[in-house]
Amino acid sequence: MSTTAIIEVEHLKRTFHLGRKASVAALDDVSCELREGTCLAVVGESGSGKSTLARVIVGLESADSGTVRIAGHDVRPTTARRRLRERAALVQMVFQDPQGSLNRSLPVSATIDEMLRAHRPDLDKRGRRARVLELFAEVGLTERHADAKPAALSGGQKQRVAIARALAAEPKIIVLDEAVSALDVSVQAQVLDLLKRLRAEHGLSYLFITHDLSVVRDIADDVVVMRTGRIIERGTVHEVLDDPQQPYTRLLIASAPRPGWKPQRGLRDALMGADA
Amino acid sequence: MTQQKMKRDPGANTSAQDTVAVQLLRKHRNDVPVSGWRLLAKRLGPVGLISLGIIALVVLMAILAPVIAPYDPYEGSVTARHEAWSLAHLMGTDQSGRDILSRIIWGARTSLIGPTIVILVTAFLATTLALTAVWFGGRVDALISRMLDILFAFPNMLLAILAVAIFGPSLLTASIALAIGFTPYSARVIRSVALRERNLPYVASAQLQGISGFVITVRHILPNVRTQILTGMTINFGYAMIELAALSFLGLGVQPPTPDWGLMVSNGQASLQQGYWEQSIFAGLAIVITVAAFGYVGEQLGGRRASGRTR
Repeated sequence: MSTTAIIEVEHLKRTFHLGRKASVAALDDVSCELREGTCLAVVGESGSGKSTLARVIVGLESADSGTVRIAGHDVRPTTARRRLRERAALVQMVFQDPQGSLNRSLPVSATIDEMLRAHRPDLDKRGRRARVLELFAEVGLTERHADAKPAALSGGQKQRVAIARALAAEPKIIVLDEAVSALDVSVQAQVLDLLKRLRAEHGLSYLFITHDLSVVRDIADDVVVMRTGRIIERGTVHEVLDDPQQPYTRLLIASAPRPGWKPQRGLRDALMGADA
Repeated sequence: MTQQKMKRDPGANTSAQDTVAVQLLRKHRNDVPVSGWRLLAKRLGPVGLISLGIIALVVLMAILAPVIAPYDPYEGSVTARHEAWSLAHLMGTDQSGRDILSRIIWGARTSLIGPTIVILVTAFLATTLALTAVWFGGRVDALISRMLDILFAFPNMLLAILAVAIFGPSLLTASIALAIGFTPYSARVIRSVALRERNLPYVASAQLQGISGFVITVRHILPNVRTQILTGMTINFGYAMIELAALSFLGLGVQPPTPDWGLMVSNGQASLQQGYWEQSIFAGLAIVITVAAFGYVGEQLGGRRASGRTR
């Protein structure tokens, strides 16, 4: 396991203005790094800024200030297509909503084919078709699935297609924004196994955005905990989940459902009080 | 996602080969992909099927006019003016002694060509404006939307009369002017649907790969708003037909002696007062029945919302 950082995020700030006076700091001086070949989980409740972080890193959103370095290069917000493509060759993204992730009018193979046309100009039509099937095999799907439209696939299969689409660019990093959150538990486990296998085979690094701590334990190496746009705790999975230092982290862990879990209303109130 | 859906064999779904019509119909999740015709029958209902039959009949009439029309629609005889309906002239003759049935059959042509021009031009303008607004968003969207708002305030007829006053009365002028009047209604619907698509992650994903906005719009967004464009066209057809007939009636559209239903209603007006009702009534009936048929089919397919009209 290498320790060089493949993504370095420094002092990232992003404020959304909601009205004349109301504004919310989605990212408030966020710094973190993703080590090459590892998986960094970003956890936090809704609105903590974790998705904004992911969107800034892939280039869907711009930051107000701060820097993002990917594989040693500064990346700046851009609309230039060449720059976007260069970044996409390094970082790909898998989205939360399997339904909206794929164009419902196209057979899923066409979606992958489009990726290959953008990233692999060396392949001709035949070569692209072969590569599409290769990618489908890699994520555990067959030729039959390739020619189906998204409506004929299950949520888990759609997410596999989305992963195959990300792989088509042969990236170094995949940003997974709640990528397994919409799936039911057994399918979730299968997709996580797939992600672990792909990481080992391709030497990928993952930035894994989630609110689900059981998933974090399964796949991540490092964790950062975000709250209201700030990172409040960071460390290895073992450090953060087994020995949390922050009351908020403890609250998150305590509120994660697991066998024998009972709602603990008193705990939340106590912790929120302690936090303030 | 239901359990049942997950189990469905992806190979068994033939959606890749579905015609546009079938996709249009498969709006409800429960619609099993059976044959397109059965889906069509189910969506349309008995009245809808009759309406579809009427539309087919009118189209056939227009195409086969030279074959099926018993008389020349232009040639009359002074001695045969205002004849009542008989076996020789099933709908009687008009003020110039021309066979009314033949003129109605030939009139189907102009009565269909006009609305066709209108819906094609409307669909093109509305789709282009709506997708441009949605893709660029922000100021471009605001500018296009305000432009459409201004057009909204203009009654279609007034716009058409203005155009005819400038460019002279003809079917083409009237049709294009009407199409411009129809555009804001359709554009508003297409914009709202396209906006929803624009915010879906598949568009974001394509954008991240550095694919151009034009390609994304045409390849990804357009196919997903196709349903709304097509149903809008069906409903607009009926509206366009009635407004073009009104323009012809006013002498601003099709010019005599071309056979046209709107024009025939207008020509029959004078005879009507003398008790010769055939021309106006039969031509009027042709308009009403055809418009109703298009309207009903459009409503069944996409509902009133698809045309953007709330009245």
